[in-house]
Amino acid sequence: MPDPQPASVYDLSHDEEAESLATFAVLVDNEPGVLHRLVGLFAARGYNIESLTVAETDRNAHTSRVTIVTRGTPNVLNQIHAQLEKMVSTRHVQDVTRDPNGLERELALVKVRGTGAERVEALRVADIFRARVIDTTHESFVFELTGAPSKVDKFCDLMRPLGLVEVSRTGVLSIQRGVDGF
Amino acid sequence: MTAHQTIEAKQVAITGAEMVVRALLDQGVDTLFGYPGGAVLPIYDALFAEPRLQHVLVRHEQGATHAAEGYARSTGKPGVVLVTSGPGATNAVTGIVDALMDSIPLVVITGQVATHLIGTDAFQECDTVGITRSITKQNYLVKDVADLPRIMHEAFHIAVSGRPGPVVIDIPKDVQFGKGLYQGPGEVQHAHPYAPRTKGDAGRIAEAVAMIAQAKRPILYTGGGVINAGPRAAALLREFAAITGAPVTSTLMGLGAFPASNPQWLGMVGMHGSFESNNAMHDCDVMVNIGARFDDRVTGRLDAFSPGSRKIHIDIDPSSIGKNIRTDIGIVGDAGSVLEDLLAAWKSRNLATDKAAMADWWKQIDAWRARDGFRYTQDSKLIKPQHAVQRLYELTRGKDVYVTTEVGQHQMWAAQFFHFEEPNRWMTSGGLGTMGYGLPAAVGVQMAHRDALVIDIAGDASVQMTMQEMSTAVQYDLPIKIFILNNEWMGMVRQWQQLLHGERYSHSYSASLPDFVKMAEAYGCVGIRAEHPDELDAKIVQMIETKRPVIFDCRVTKDENCFPMIPSGKAHNEMILAADNRDLGSVIDDAGKRLV
Repeated sequence: MPDPQPASVYDLSHDEEAESLATFAVLVDNEPGVLHRLVGLFAARGYNIESLTVAETDRNAHTSRVTIVTRGTPNVLNQIHAQLEKMVSTRHVQDVTRDPNGLERELALVKVRGTGAERVEALRVADIFRARVIDTTHESFVFELTGAPSKVDKFCDLMRPLGLVEVSRTGVLSIQRGVDGF
Repeated sequence: MTAHQTIEAKQVAITGAEMVVRALLDQGVDTLFGYPGGAVLPIYDALFAEPRLQHVLVRHEQGATHAAEGYARSTGKPGVVLVTSGPGATNAVTGIVDALMDSIPLVVITGQVATHLIGTDAFQECDTVGITRSITKQNYLVKDVADLPRIMHEAFHIAVSGRPGPVVIDIPKDVQFGKGLYQGPGEVQHAHPYAPRTKGDAGRIAEAVAMIAQAKRPILYTGGGVINAGPRAAALLREFAAITGAPVTSTLMGLGAFPASNPQWLGMVGMHGSFESNNAMHDCDVMVNIGARFDDRVTGRLDAFSPGSRKIHIDIDPSSIGKNIRTDIGIVGDAGSVLEDLLAAWKSRNLATDKAAMADWWKQIDAWRARDGFRYTQDSKLIKPQHAVQRLYELTRGKDVYVTTEVGQHQMWAAQFFHFEEPNRWMTSGGLGTMGYGLPAAVGVQMAHRDALVIDIAGDASVQMTMQEMSTAVQYDLPIKIFILNNEWMGMVRQWQQLLHGERYSHSYSASLPDFVKMAEAYGCVGIRAEHPDELDAKIVQMIETKRPVIFDCRVTKDENCFPMIPSGKAHNEMILAADNRDLGSVIDDAGKRLV
């Protein structure tokens, strides 16, 4: 029998607000274990990771830039922001999604297999999306595509009936428009 | 020759182990708690000839961490732990989590197998930094002796800055033997520009004082953050309470920041807090949270938590603000610094609370007080646990007393019936709720305060978890008093089984307890037993006057429940009192029974 009303503090923590995707760019000190600590923070607090990219971006300052796409209610996203900033290794956190100047890009490698009309159609769609052919056989293409994640999604959707075989995506990268740096 | 080379030429290379000792001294450490083992022997060797560092040999590494917590909490200085690799590190884990949850500054140094053996499943190897990553503020594996001075000093900086917490430094044995140049705290360049914000935002402070001045039913809800901010914060809290006339309550961790003898003190808030504080929290119109974190033991049912109030939250940790409870004004900063700014803003604007409204508010509070939520009836033949704590408090009044506790019913009775006038006098495991905390914590407190009366108010079940540390107390002549409220049950488990599980007492009775008096004697300390109310006072006095460690076996009634209580899933104003203790099973609904 369902409870007449949620009486538990835990039940109530599942608030009714809608979840949304959010991208955070995090500048961290590049040291052993820093990625583990960041990913562990998400695991320990039950947050999702939709995509994650990380690489050292300043060799002299030993800093790496992590771009992490997550999902949550506004409250949860605020908490994720605060928890990321709390890490000792964190230098800066930017909420890219809620920043009007935030730019997001992703690179995808997409393999499509087909012959005849489907093969021609795949090439035509690739042209519309400005995808580059980086490998081809008589019955396949590998496309390289850059764009916002939604553009990559759309490209894959269109390729699916044309013989989509495999997709490899980098995950989201981000930067701010304008003159200011991180 | 450049100046830089001149300095280097003058310096003599020392070993990593010697650097650890030098760094501890440079950081002002005088006491550390530890246990030697293969992977830390070089550091122990460096300690051998160092008279300025008092090393306390514990009997289990968990004891070392709790002792360091007790030391830290009672002095305001970071606690230092030194343990070996593998089991030494894993045994320390419980205390490290405890320190993280309760924001206690610890620096834990663990030995590690030599760098070339890491990853080979070597003897006593474990992934210490992996295991402790999620339970520390920061941790380090030192792979190069050149990094060691920086890491040592940085660890102390991180442990005590911002929201305090534990830092682990894992040092492989070859790094301890390796030689390099030592650098002092002022010479190293920190790898992390870690500088948490301590000064509150002036605009928000102005908004906050305006909101408090307009309040008709304000309350100050304070926490461990006030203790961590130092004695000055506690003094400023008293001044702020006096100038606003607002009632003051506190979390378990914050007890002592505000004097219990002050008429504005309402007692502790939360699940087993006072009837008046919980009702005042529920009915207030402006709540000022200073250094507390809206923990679930305090808030109870979230959607019914203080529904009519506007909330100001002052916390040094930005992630605590808005985490559990939405706040109207969040102020990130150190409790002491923000209180100082609040007071200055209040005075410069000549603010005052509404006298008539405050009189009505206090009238209401007095009506709640009159319900006497902590009431119990002392028996003529058996000792009630509440009575035992009350007598202990009365008979130690005016002395230089520090109290630690284990976790369970006795902890709540201690919080209810033992009263504190000053901060840093009360050491308890709040967040993690670690049974076995109190005895080793008492060891740590007594190390820092050799002439004080240090009492661990304990339960018969909890105390057995770290009982071996009595041996430590005897070795270092630490006259700690282990005051066991012995009801032969895991009392809080039994209480919940009675209230929530149809009186099915599954595995919560200790069918074979040791004879605590004989146990005391076996350890070389003094055992005292009290069984009858008439002998209680004399036995407590005997305990106080004994200048050696004492285990006091206080036999109390077996089925006493801890009241008042906010039942799981209920609001603050639905608190039940001892007098209502007839049919509790029906008070808590099915959803409430699922909670812890």
